[in-house]
Amino acid sequence: MADLSRSKRWSFNRIAIHATLLVACAVYLVPLIVMLLTSFKTPDDVRTGNLLTLPVDWTLIGWIKAWSTVHEYFWNSFMITVPAVIISTFIGALNGYALSKWSFKGSNVLFSMLLFGCFIPFQVILLPMSFTLGKLGLANTTTGLVLVHVIYGLAFTTLFFRNYYVGIPDALIKAARLDGAGFFTIFWKILLPLSTPIVMVSLIWQFTQVWNDFLFGVVFASGSAQPITVALNNLVNTSTGAKEYNVDMAAAMIAALPTLLVYIFAGKYFVRGLTSGVVKG
Amino acid sequence: MAALELKNVRKTYGNAAQEALKGINISIDTGQFLILVGPSGCGKSTLMNAIAGLEDISSGAIILGGEDVTTVEPKDRDIAMVFQSYALYPTMTVRENIAFGLKIRKTPADQIAAEVDRVAKLLQIEHLLERKPSQLSGGQQQRVAMGRALARRPKLYLFDEPLSNLDAKLRVEMRTEIKLMHQRLKTTTVYVTHDQIEAMTLGDRVAVMKDGEVQQFGTPQEIYNNPANLFVASFIGSPPMNFIPVALDQESGRSVVRLQGQGERIAISLPMLQTALADGREAILGIRPEQICIRRGQIGDLPLVSARVQVVEPTGPDTLVYVEVNGVQVCCRLAPVDTPEIGSIVALELDVERLVLFEPASGARIA
Ligand SMILES: Nc1ncnc2c1ncn2[C@@H]1O[C@H](COP(=O)(O)OP(=O)(O)OP(=O)(O)O)[C@@H](O)[C@H]1O
Ligand SMILES: [Mg+2]
Repeated sequence: MADLSRSKRWSFNRIAIHATLLVACAVYLVPLIVMLLTSFKTPDDVRTGNLLTLPVDWTLIGWIKAWSTVHEYFWNSFMITVPAVIISTFIGALNGYALSKWSFKGSNVLFSMLLFGCFIPFQVILLPMSFTLGKLGLANTTTGLVLVHVIYGLAFTTLFFRNYYVGIPDALIKAARLDGAGFFTIFWKILLPLSTPIVMVSLIWQFTQVWNDFLFGVVFASGSAQPITVALNNLVNTSTGAKEYNVDMAAAMIAALPTLLVYIFAGKYFVRGLTSGVVKG
Repeated sequence: MAALELKNVRKTYGNAAQEALKGINISIDTGQFLILVGPSGCGKSTLMNAIAGLEDISSGAIILGGEDVTTVEPKDRDIAMVFQSYALYPTMTVRENIAFGLKIRKTPADQIAAEVDRVAKLLQIEHLLERKPSQLSGGQQQRVAMGRALARRPKLYLFDEPLSNLDAKLRVEMRTEIKLMHQRLKTTTVYVTHDQIEAMTLGDRVAVMKDGEVQQFGTPQEIYNNPANLFVASFIGSPPMNFIPVALDQESGRSVVRLQGQGERIAISLPMLQTALADGREAILGIRPEQICIRRGQIGDLPLVSARVQVVEPTGPDTLVYVEVNGVQVCCRLAPVDTPEIGSIVALELDVERLVLFEPASGARIA
């Protein structure tokens, strides 16, 4: 009896959970579907049809036109994102390592101050940053934008790595020190091989942040150096001629594709990295 | 020459209220084997870390081979250590773990391979060389940790409970191997253990610690036969020393204590106690289980204490017999052939030459 009622309630819970998940899925997926469908329609089709109808003629003209307008900016984004992500992850790992395993007087205070960086809104640093970039002669350059992203990302990546490394037993470092390894050897040979999950977290997090960034891009880059997010905005906001929704949607899809792919292929590492205990035994 | 000298070493951990080491003074000669024993949390691992340079000390000096190394980097102290928690590198195979220190010190590859094979054979882990630490049992991991230290030939070995996780048979084998190796290489060694037999058999010197202080430092025999205080006496020896409450009295010009089992109180004379001290004060009489034997029939006028046998525990090589004297249980270690019946009354003869006396309050040795 008890068993039966429990299993009944269980199955009710199951249904409730699945229903909720389905609704959530729909909420997230419907805009994506609308975008995809629209991007494959002809301009006429877009004007006459309903948002959710399938294209009458499947066509790639939207995609081709979008790509020809934004492809330069797409590569700009890559040139900004890849170095920014790698550099900020690497320095974050080194910071986290130093803060957790070579703690010095005031290292905790330093870490707390660094954490502050996670809570500073983008807008606050715009003016001082553009002043600094100007002084460095990096205003309106890709290098400058990379620098901004690295600095802004460091607070997060340091936090990730520091918290991960705190969970790694100190004895490991001690043993390596007695074996004759120095600061960097220990980092390369002992800690980095243990860091795959948190490196994935850091890479994914930083990739999404930097790729999706609009504000820094619009402020610190101009003209042909702009990232795709800015170019997309320009494209959508052009007021000349008729609105080409199919091109807008295709361009938006192109802009979103890299982060989407990162999540599809590396998302499981993200979850695993955030939830895994560090070293067993 | 002193290979290792600790001068008033003190250590307080950053966030701790209590000192972990309260002024440690120890000196051992080259080639000696020092055993550190003491209850959990008394500071043994802290002291090992301090010697290795892995924890800074608050004050004092550490002198290795005549050189003050208090501020020298761990890697430049030429020390190899087995960690209590093993600390094996999780991403490396057993072979890589053992070879790591040699590789960093730029040992030629063929020499590394030979060395790894040697220690693997010694520690019976040859079949595990290609595995990762997570694929090993606790005892296997412990042997790898041991191998990592033994692959090197440092000035000083530090072993923090290196055999604690092995089964009884392997433990005895490894103990013998360590002893053999030490006799061959004569490397100065500091060794932490909770095992009484390891402490007595391996050590040239034993330091008994409690609450961050050395209670007694000496040869195993000195520690065993001549404990400095009640703590050392109770900590060393298994089964532990018997402690019998007595009063120190005088009788016809000699110091005596009176013991009562089953029957009348018997006066036992104490040749080592000055009569001046025997003023009726309370004391604790310490006697080891093997210093009591059972007499069958009176020989001369030796004073015998008669007592009733309460418990008999045959351990194999000898039998532990528990009797009651002066209201406390007293353990006697007898040859199995001597085993009396439970409930029978036996006559106990004490080895009076080796009795020790302690003050009840402070635990200090009286005589
Ligand atoms: N990193 C640390 N920070 C603060 N206190 C510590 C730290 N490590 C050890 N202690 C404290 O110092 C004291 C001595 O610890 P230690 O590890 O040296 O004991 P031990 O004698 O090795 O014990 P065991 O036999 O259990 O290994 C303990 O009271 C412990 O709580
Ligand atoms: Mg310990």
